Amino acid sequence: MRPSDRIFRVLSTGSAGLIMVILAGVALFLIIKAGPAIVANWSANPDLAGGTTHGYTSFWSYVGPLVWGTLFSSLIALVLGAPVAIGIALFISHYAPRRLAGVLGYLVDLLAAVPSVVFGLWGIFVIRPFIIPFQDWLNHYLGWIPLFSGQVSQTGSTMLAGGLVLAVMILPIITSISREIFLQTPKLHEEAALALGSTRWEMVKLAVFPYARSGILSATLLGLGRALGETMAIAMIISPALLFSVRILTDTGNSQTIAANAALNFPESNPLQRDALIATGLALFVISFGVNFIARWIISRTGGSRRLRKAGSR
Amino acid sequence: MSKRINVRDLDVYYSDFLAVEGVSMTIEPRTVTAFIGPSGCGKSTFLRTLNRMHEVIPGARVRGEVLIDGDNLYAPGVDPVLVRRQVGMVFQRANPFPTMSIRDNVLAGVKLNSRRMPKSDQDSLVERSLRGANLWNEVKDRLQLPGSGLSGGQQQRLCIARAIAVSPDVLLMDEPCSALDPISTLAIEDLIEELKQDYTIVIVTHNMQQATRVSDKTAFFNIAGSGKPGRLIEYDDTATIFTKPSVQATEDYVSGRFG
Ligand SMILES: Nc1ncnc2c1ncn2[C@@H]1O[C@H](COP(=O)(O)OP(=O)(O)O)[C@@H](O)[C@H]1O
Ligand SMILES: [Mg+2]
Repeated sequence: MRPSDRIFRVLSTGSAGLIMVILAGVALFLIIKAGPAIVANWSANPDLAGGTTHGYTSFWSYVGPLVWGTLFSSLIALVLGAPVAIGIALFISHYAPRRLAGVLGYLVDLLAAVPSVVFGLWGIFVIRPFIIPFQDWLNHYLGWIPLFSGQVSQTGSTMLAGGLVLAVMILPIITSISREIFLQTPKLHEEAALALGSTRWEMVKLAVFPYARSGILSATLLGLGRALGETMAIAMIISPALLFSVRILTDTGNSQTIAANAALNFPESNPLQRDALIATGLALFVISFGVNFIARWIISRTGGSRRLRKAGSR
Repeated sequence: MSKRINVRDLDVYYSDFLAVEGVSMTIEPRTVTAFIGPSGCGKSTFLRTLNRMHEVIPGARVRGEVLIDGDNLYAPGVDPVLVRRQVGMVFQRANPFPTMSIRDNVLAGVKLNSRRMPKSDQDSLVERSLRGANLWNEVKDRLQLPGSGLSGGQQQRLCIARAIAVSPDVLLMDEPCSALDPISTLAIEDLIEELKQDYTIVIVTHNMQQATRVSDKTAFFNIAGSGKPGRLIEYDDTATIFTKPSVQATEDYVSGRFG
């Protein structure tokens, strides 16, 4: 091996190892710091009697609504964002003229580079006023569904607004992964569909979607992973509380998320409360690690079997 | 139903590159016509213009006319989707839909046309098409299994079953046996012989024995050199092409002196 190759290998294995060490370090830090707050007696401990942790009997009753708020807001983002993201990806890969496809792909990638705080400000000044009439409409006609029930907000400071902004934030990752997978659909199967007399949409249903199914699923899960980590932006848009609420059109029924709760309460907390906040961070870490892990696993599994199939047919 | 194909002075372009120039020919119903010629002379390109499949490739276009029983495929307002339902195609590499069962593969094209087909009609169509493709006996016990589990030759026959299930008038085949072993190849050749009763068949082949075995007429295509357009050199009864062709280039090609 040439010296330059050897140096490069040492550097690259070194950085790969470093990532593992950092990840393990973060996990260890979270576990060690979270420990005292998790095992503490929440009803008796004077350090936990006031402030954000006031009135909870255990760590689990404290973190419960936060986990709910985090998952709920991320799911709203996913429901709103994933179909659009997949639609854009399909448009880029199979409908748009080549020039337009290039421009669109570039724009979507650009969207990924916009800082979260900008999305937050955009949510406050654009999305909130924009969705008020839609919220009224939803509440008026579909208010019997718990999701749309309650006193509808007149400021737009709602879970729906937050979810919408979050949806835009997770769009790029879902779009770019789905687009890559759509583009890999074997020409062979696309032509099979077209030669049977399919329209382009029928071709997509016969050839593209079956091929891309697991890819779409993992792209969506990666989007969910992104949403879980970006719930901070929501804190700028809504004023949430620690509760289990499914309402998305109200000022008062907004469930708090882990990230926003920690950022909000950290400055005024005592050491044990900080540990409690870190413990909620550990919960977020575990959840998003799990989601990302499953997404990657699906990608690698299908990618792997695809490669096997190719090798087998040769 | 089987139909006559009439090609009039057809040119095919890939963007600005003229790939095939000035082809005129008449293909009779209920016949098998073989296209032969060296690689790159435009056999596939020309074949695909007979059901407008070339339009799938960005930049590909034609000048000229293709008439199917008198109707110009390229007349304004003609929908290529409908053309392809009338003129089916089988490809070089078998391409059953991998996630679909054998049964669903056969029905794939039909479900596009008529969504609501009673199950009993579907069953009989599946059986009829698979029998038509000489595959029924081999797969009748595993219609629900994926088509990708079949052997290469069976997959190709499944593709033929899928193509004839929509009852086209014409069946185009682009080197359907080139990826198959000799036994599977013979099975497909027998099948072509039978399908001829009902369809107009056009087959591209690299294999001259195959052309003599299956076809009534043979068209020899050639190119003058790389970058030059492919042309139809000679088109006649298969026996004539292979025994006493009238063009020297044809004779050289069929006697193996080049290409
Ligand atoms: N998708 C394509 N884009 C541009 N040129 C093509 C394409 N497919 C084929 N060609 C060109 O058209 C000519 C004819 O090719 P083809 O029809 O595949 O020949 P054959 O089937 O006789 O081997 C060749 O010069 C080939 O390079
Ligand atoms: Mg070819």
